[in-house]
Amino acid sequence: MENECVVSMENICKSFGGTPVLKNVNFQLKKGEVHALVGGNGAGKSTLMKIMNGVYKKDSGIVRVRGREVEYQHIRDAWKYGIRMIFQELSLCPTLSVMENIFLTNEIKKCGLLNKNAMKKKTAEILEELHIEAKPDDIIGDLPVGTCQLIEIAKALFSDAAVLILDEPTASLTDRETKVLFQRVNELKQKGISFIYISHRMKEIFQIADRISVLRDGELISTLDIKDTSMNEVITQITSGAGGDLVYHPHEKPIDGNPELFRVEHLVIGDLVKDVSFSIRKGEVLGIAGLMGSGRTETAEAIFGIRKYHSAKFFMEGQEIQIHSIRDAVKNKIALIPEDRRREGLVLSHTLEQNLCLTNLEKIKRRILSSNRKAKKFAEKCVRDFRVKTAGVNIPMVNLSGGNQQKIVIAKWLKTNPKLLIMDEPTAGVDIGAKGEVIEIVRKYAAQGNGVLFISSEMPELLAVCDRIIVYCEGVLTKEYLRESITSEEILEYAIQQ
Amino acid sequence: MQSSSKKKSRFDISKYVVYIIFVLCIAIFGIWLGDSFFSVTNLLNVVRQSGAIAVMAIGMVFIIGLGHIDLSISSVVAVSALLIGVILRSTGNIFLAMLAALGFGALVGLCNGLCVTRLHMPAFLTTLGVQSILTGIAMWMTGTKAVPITNDTFLYWFGSGQVGGVIPILLFWAVAAMIIGHIVLSYTSYGRRVLASGGNVTAARYAGVNVKRVTVTAFMMQGILAALAGALYAGRTQAARWDFGEGVEMNVIAAVVLGGTAMSGGTGSAIGAVVGSVLIMMINNGLVIGRLGVAQQTLMQGVIIIIAVALSELGKKRRE
Repeated sequence: MENECVVSMENICKSFGGTPVLKNVNFQLKKGEVHALVGGNGAGKSTLMKIMNGVYKKDSGIVRVRGREVEYQHIRDAWKYGIRMIFQELSLCPTLSVMENIFLTNEIKKCGLLNKNAMKKKTAEILEELHIEAKPDDIIGDLPVGTCQLIEIAKALFSDAAVLILDEPTASLTDRETKVLFQRVNELKQKGISFIYISHRMKEIFQIADRISVLRDGELISTLDIKDTSMNEVITQITSGAGGDLVYHPHEKPIDGNPELFRVEHLVIGDLVKDVSFSIRKGEVLGIAGLMGSGRTETAEAIFGIRKYHSAKFFMEGQEIQIHSIRDAVKNKIALIPEDRRREGLVLSHTLEQNLCLTNLEKIKRRILSSNRKAKKFAEKCVRDFRVKTAGVNIPMVNLSGGNQQKIVIAKWLKTNPKLLIMDEPTAGVDIGAKGEVIEIVRKYAAQGNGVLFISSEMPELLAVCDRIIVYCEGVLTKEYLRESITSEEILEYAIQQ
Repeated sequence: MQSSSKKKSRFDISKYVVYIIFVLCIAIFGIWLGDSFFSVTNLLNVVRQSGAIAVMAIGMVFIIGLGHIDLSISSVVAVSALLIGVILRSTGNIFLAMLAALGFGALVGLCNGLCVTRLHMPAFLTTLGVQSILTGIAMWMTGTKAVPITNDTFLYWFGSGQVGGVIPILLFWAVAAMIIGHIVLSYTSYGRRVLASGGNVTAARYAGVNVKRVTVTAFMMQGILAALAGALYAGRTQAARWDFGEGVEMNVIAAVVLGGTAMSGGTGSAIGAVVGSVLIMMINNGLVIGRLGVAQQTLMQGVIIIIAVALSELGKKRRE
């Protein structure tokens, strides 16, 4: 492979409101390589890429594209140099169709008017090639998240880009979709297109990347050839040696004898969940393994009263309970940490304090009015308890990194003292360090005699946090494992692929 | 094959509400009022009355599609009508009069747009303030006196004219606005940009849409269309008055929402907006012929708006 440098960033500095986010970062991207960019929460990955892409302006430093120094005023300027970014937050317009999104600002025209037929044909081809299950006229808002993510990637892959920045592209993809994406990336690589691949999933990085750069606290720690390094070395560099490995710690007291906390019997949700029953003991973390669309999220939503089910019986501590709405669920001390924290978990434009207080309004009451002082105290306690990295409680949520946002979502529900906590992909887009902390929080919480239902696509995570794991396949509960009986990830991986 | 692709109903009732109500109203008025409603003269009258509202509704589709609102249109109608009246009286030059009126509309739109995009003022309050300022100016211009318009050519083109001897010229203006509006909204990249910005600003910006420019342009278009509506008012009533267009912004917004454009932005239908305009004027007309007073007309308008919005919200619920 040639050693030609497509983009070179030299001594890049950037601060937000006086806080330095990038400190003299040097980053080189070669032609036709897949360059992984890894680092903890707020390490500066996204910021660095947004500078390369023209969303942010750098404070100092030089960006060169093919050797020429460039200054961007607008995202479009970066496009001119063939640099395109696929954003972590969905950057599709929910009210427009698949076709309209793919061709936004890039429309095919005939005599000055849109050539809908040509665009529709081209869109159908693109969807076909990436095996995306959608039609050109489908409205984005009606499609599942995973499909949207793929469409977003498709949109960038089929533009004439020389550099593609993928920010957590597989966060909501199934394994099959990921495979298709990687195949496509490899094809484009052969054509000389360069990729920057931001991810927290080490396995994928070691599958797809040629080189890897590690950022920590705004500084570039190292750039390595993937051949010359190992997953452990990279993880060590990211966390600077501070326990990033996910290890399962059994409970101090065995939980086999604990009484049952919660039980679901014969849950049926159309074709999505077919007659599933399970129970959770006090102090137990029960994992659900399964591909996206296997019915795991739907199960969680049914227990939390969001999704209508066709039949089911729920029991809390032996008593049958009725769950038909979120109010019912909350009344019965059930909490759900939703899959998509940006859309369902947080009011992003509100501050930490406002978000934390929303589920805990009675805690901050003084007689009948809510007290600002109590609210502030409460929020500050949450920040301390959950070790959230923030400059204060009056900061809008948008300014926090993914991991810290997730800690706020967890805090906001745990502070309501639920008996059953349901977590749906709680570590999506969260770095290894914070992941470890989340797992610790969950284990500790369960040990107090509560139950946790933990849904995740990441096997190491399930193995680290769960006492028992059930496997979903196309809406059917196919297998059940005690943690001790699982000796390797492969057993689970194999089970969910059935 | 995984079962991840969920089947959802494609039928979105909010898009068809206006047509359903339209047919219903024709049926009800037809049975109730018979020939006095169905006469050609009366139906053409409805069309003539809807012309000005339809023209403004086209502009409003873009504004609401962007997730904004423009309340200043009613006062732009008044000032531009007066401008036309005054200039025609003193010079008799139609070109000059129209240029001044449309230019004025564009200027107001520019101000609205800049306030919203550069100063980050909410469109609702900005345009409410502008409305008040312009109404004041309109009253001031002639000391609240009406200006009669006697220029026959002007009256022909913007009021009493008939294309081919039958079709009112006002219908021509409304249809022209509808066709152009529909093409711009559905068949140009500008229309895509408007709806993208209204649906998800961040996504639009990241896709390279200059949201500020798109927004300012939409407000300017709305200003120009409101000025044109002012000319249509002046042409139809052969005069210009400061209270032209009073309260018309509500009719226009109702017409647009009835036509299937969501107040939250991101969707829009130009044809629906024009049908909505005709519907609203038809209801007024039917109630007048049915010997109901202003009180009942106002009441009915409220009821219809609420029913329409409720139906379109129901449609949205089902999609979720």
